Amino acid sequence: MNKRTEKIRELASNLLKDGKVDMVIGFNQGTTPMATNPDIARSPEQAEKFIWDNNCSINLANYLADRKEKIGIIAKGCDTRNIVNHIVENKISRDQLHIIGVPCTGMIDKVKIASEFDDEIIEYNEDTGSDSDSGNNFSVKTASETKELLKKDYLKANCSTCMHRNPVIYDELAADLVEEPVIEDQFADVRAIEEMDSKDKWNYFDDLLKDCIRCYACRNACPLCFCPTCFVDESDPQWVGKGQNDIDIRTFHFLRAYHCAGRCTDCGACVEACPMDINVRAFTRKLVKDSFEIYGWEAGLDTEKRPPLDTFNPNDPDEFIK
Amino acid sequence: MGNLLEHMGIEKERLHFSWVSSAEATKFVEVAKKVTAAVRSIEPNDKLVKKLD
Repeated sequence: MNKRTEKIRELASNLLKDGKVDMVIGFNQGTTPMATNPDIARSPEQAEKFIWDNNCSINLANYLADRKEKIGIIAKGCDTRNIVNHIVENKISRDQLHIIGVPCTGMIDKVKIASEFDDEIIEYNEDTGSDSDSGNNFSVKTASETKELLKKDYLKANCSTCMHRNPVIYDELAADLVEEPVIEDQFADVRAIEEMDSKDKWNYFDDLLKDCIRCYACRNACPLCFCPTCFVDESDPQWVGKGQNDIDIRTFHFLRAYHCAGRCTDCGACVEACPMDINVRAFTRKLVKDSFEIYGWEAGLDTEKRPPLDTFNPNDPDEFIK
Repeated sequence: MGNLLEHMGIEKERLHFSWVSSAEATKFVEVAKKVTAAVRSIEPNDKLVKKLD
């Protein structure tokens, strides 16, 4: 067991023992290798089940919206940015929260790892390497072979462009802060699409969405999607068709992405949740880039600042209005 | 929003933003002419037409 897990268990059980919080949100081990479940512990015993490894990529801030209890939450960099979003958007108050920050060194891409093997993965282990606390190397075993892999080769796409690995807001830390990487060209993927002509762009997204089954896992995993009734579930008026029509699928993804404009922290929960492995971030990335380039804005860094689409400034760019 | 639509493959000629006061009838005519001219300059859009089968 790595030190982070030990520390998380210790901090979480202490919180519950001392009655400082009613519950702690964290991860426990899933039933298959490389799977983790979001978990709520209400007693110190339950908190002993918490774990932390390279597979904790879902965003736990998703479980905070509109809760009334005192809550402890285990949060990595992107989770804390979404907690800031929730505070700014009045979905929870800072006084209700006790944040156990976990400086993050990135999560791993299960799909990429699975593609290295012919048969099913039956075991995943981070404790084998010399440096087991960082999770920088790990071993993956299938029925026929075992491979030692390096995390830096299998980082999730959003983790490899992440520049906010440390929690931006926290009460306690489960490990020492890590060095923030400097990435010179964080929007190369968006620019690749921008350089296409309209037809290629359209075909790119057509191809991207061809497997979409409208299960809404991306929306459900997204901490930003907390509307009581989502526009796709409305029936009076019905904004968008509910079937598998490709125009309806595209409308859903386009509008869901647009609702996240200036709010998306690029945590990658949508991609992680997608059962068809669609890169849903292809939509939101454009908005992250525009927010950054037009307003110099990165979501979820400051509880005192209002988001760009929520404020008016006489210097806002208006070349598009003719 | 215009940027994201364009990113998705909708031509930028199709989406226009203008501010026209109710007293600016001539400006309204100008804008309408510009918009229709811009849209006519590109191929018809059947991308967002739902095919019922």
